[in-house]
Amino acid sequence: MARRVGVEVSIAIAEAVKLAKAEVIPAYPITPQTHIVEHLSEIVANGELDAEFIPVESEHAAMSACCGSSAAGARTFTSSSSQGLSLMSEVLYIPPAMRLPIVNVVANRAMSAPISIWNDHQDIMVQRDTGWIQTFAENGQEAVDLTLHAFRVAEDRRVSLPIIVNIDGFTLSHVIEPIELPDQEAVDAYIPPFKPRYKLDPRKPISMGPVGIPEVYTEAKVAQDNIIKNSKKVIVKAWKEFAEQFGREYNPVETYRTDDAEIMLVTMGSISETAMTAVDKMRDAGQKVGLVRIRLWRPFPGPEFRKAAGKAKVLAVIDRTLPPGALCGPVGAELRSLFYKIPGSPKIFSFVAGLGGRDVTVARFEEIVEKAKKYAKKRPKELYEVIGVREK
Amino acid sequence: MAVNDAIVGWKTITWGCHVLEPGNSAEFRTGDWRSQRPVVDKEKCIKCGMCWIFCPDMAYSQDDEGYYEADMEYCKGCGICAHECPKDAITMVAEEG
Amino acid sequence: MKEVRLHGRGGQGGVTSAELVAIAAIDEGKYAQAFPSFGPERRGAPVAAFIRVSDEKIRTREKVYTPDIVLVLDPALPSLVDVAAGLRDDGIVILNTHLTEAEVRKEFGLKCKLAMVDATKIAIEVLGLPITNTTMLGALLKATGIVSQSHLEEALDRRFGRIAEKNKKALQRAFDETVVAA
Ligand code: SF4
Ligand code: SF4
Repeated sequence: MARRVGVEVSIAIAEAVKLAKAEVIPAYPITPQTHIVEHLSEIVANGELDAEFIPVESEHAAMSACCGSSAAGARTFTSSSSQGLSLMSEVLYIPPAMRLPIVNVVANRAMSAPISIWNDHQDIMVQRDTGWIQTFAENGQEAVDLTLHAFRVAEDRRVSLPIIVNIDGFTLSHVIEPIELPDQEAVDAYIPPFKPRYKLDPRKPISMGPVGIPEVYTEAKVAQDNIIKNSKKVIVKAWKEFAEQFGREYNPVETYRTDDAEIMLVTMGSISETAMTAVDKMRDAGQKVGLVRIRLWRPFPGPEFRKAAGKAKVLAVIDRTLPPGALCGPVGAELRSLFYKIPGSPKIFSFVAGLGGRDVTVARFEEIVEKAKKYAKKRPKELYEVIGVREK
Repeated sequence: MAVNDAIVGWKTITWGCHVLEPGNSAEFRTGDWRSQRPVVDKEKCIKCGMCWIFCPDMAYSQDDEGYYEADMEYCKGCGICAHECPKDAITMVAEEG
Repeated sequence: MKEVRLHGRGGQGGVTSAELVAIAAIDEGKYAQAFPSFGPERRGAPVAAFIRVSDEKIRTREKVYTPDIVLVLDPALPSLVDVAAGLRDDGIVILNTHLTEAEVRKEFGLKCKLAMVDATKIAIEVLGLPITNTTMLGALLKATGIVSQSHLEEALDRRFGRIAEKNKKALQRAFDETVVAA
């Protein structure tokens, strides 16, 4: 029987990795991911999980070891955050291209300088184009469920790609809340043993990661792009089966009170729950406001998003990063591309909120909706606006 | 007209761009672009095998008498064998044509 | 939904208290959240932690700005931080203090509902240490009944193992000695 427990989200994620029976865990600790790998190293040391925990000397080494163990056919997990994720960056491009199904939980955190250990999405947006499938969790239960889902999807031979599960640092990682931990049998039924199509095996030698000369490289990259795009079918199907097995439903794009909504907030990650409370409040006041949440960030679910939000008059998109010198944040840019020149599509306004641990409150969402309403009448000068910033 | 110099298609490229047949470097005739070739003077050669060890293309093999000879299909003319030979038995001579 | 803000000092176990209350509430079948104020941890510096307890699913992750309950672990904190900031009209501040109600109201200018107990004294006598995090949970129980004592004690047992007994004793004494003043 599944157990409902009050537990810190990081600990619950470690328990999910144990339930998924990861075999190799190369990891380097970094705030706010630390509790995840700390607990995993305890689980392995206590003999509760038959896995190799490799305490590497850096995140670069962590991801390198992940590539090696996944290539050798072992179920591989790691976790990182912020500067650590950036130190991994050089290696992050390799597993998607080599089709190594590593699972990486990223506790999202700001980038220095100034030094910040707090939550936003800068760390992951820098790694947006590395080729990993990426999902975002809104609460602790989702963090657990998406971790299990990640193993299932990554290792599916039609996919065979690595997956990053994003959980907001501190606002998820350090919160105690009720989480249902599924039982081992159900997880075993959901995640079959890892049977890679190819692996490094001296009895049947192959080479992984050869040189791609100009006559080959473009084709290799187009093939990779097609594989991640086609993975969406498997991702969605694995969520359907998750719902059958565990009773909780997930979709690439989720909506909240969007029927007849004229203005829709667009969020990713843990601010979504606060946004729901804000939507309830504004609905009570008679405003036609709804919420669209992007759960699957890569591959981007274009048709699903259009279906969910295409009828809105205005989209107020919240980015948790401020890319210096860009026209707007990455989520805003993605949605502008999606709706570009489509007749009758919503007006899109971008907002930047919750940088480096700044609280994104119900009042902030109300402020964003008010601004979006105003901009719908009179176009703003810039394509984005930073919310809650003090001038003097 | 646009030139397409691709040698594989994105639909037919191997899974993960892996090289699935081991040892296929033997198919690459690195000898094509050689500008110099090693010539062994059997008078000086002591059959020590240093050329065989150091040749980066593994072009050398031993003949029945125990002398070493480079396969010109693979020798790319780098001159390492000549540099390493303790008896200066190997001379690099220009390829003609 | 009940929202709690807890004031303590780094190293006093305030976060642990918050966690224990949330775990007890979840064990009871309720929904709950507990989280620290995520600051850099410095021993002795004023820190806050937050708790929400509700019969329904909790759908907010903002900090607690308008608490129903404020729990203060350290007797000196009310003169350093505005412990009643944002307190709801019917809210209560629970203090660790040896002062009387009149003295507290005069010294700290608190007009709200109060609960008071000399938790430091109890902690020294029962635990042998001036660590008041579990002791003050007794005051929280008495003043608010936010969770059941049995579930809280179970959470204490799991967390503290063989030293749980002493902590439960301190909690009980605080429960008995807490004075609630409207
Ligand atoms: S290195 Fe020189 S001496 Fe030694 S085997 Fe080769 S040719 Fe002969
Ligand atoms: S010249 Fe270079 S490639 Fe040719 S035989 Fe000597 S070492 Fe080998």
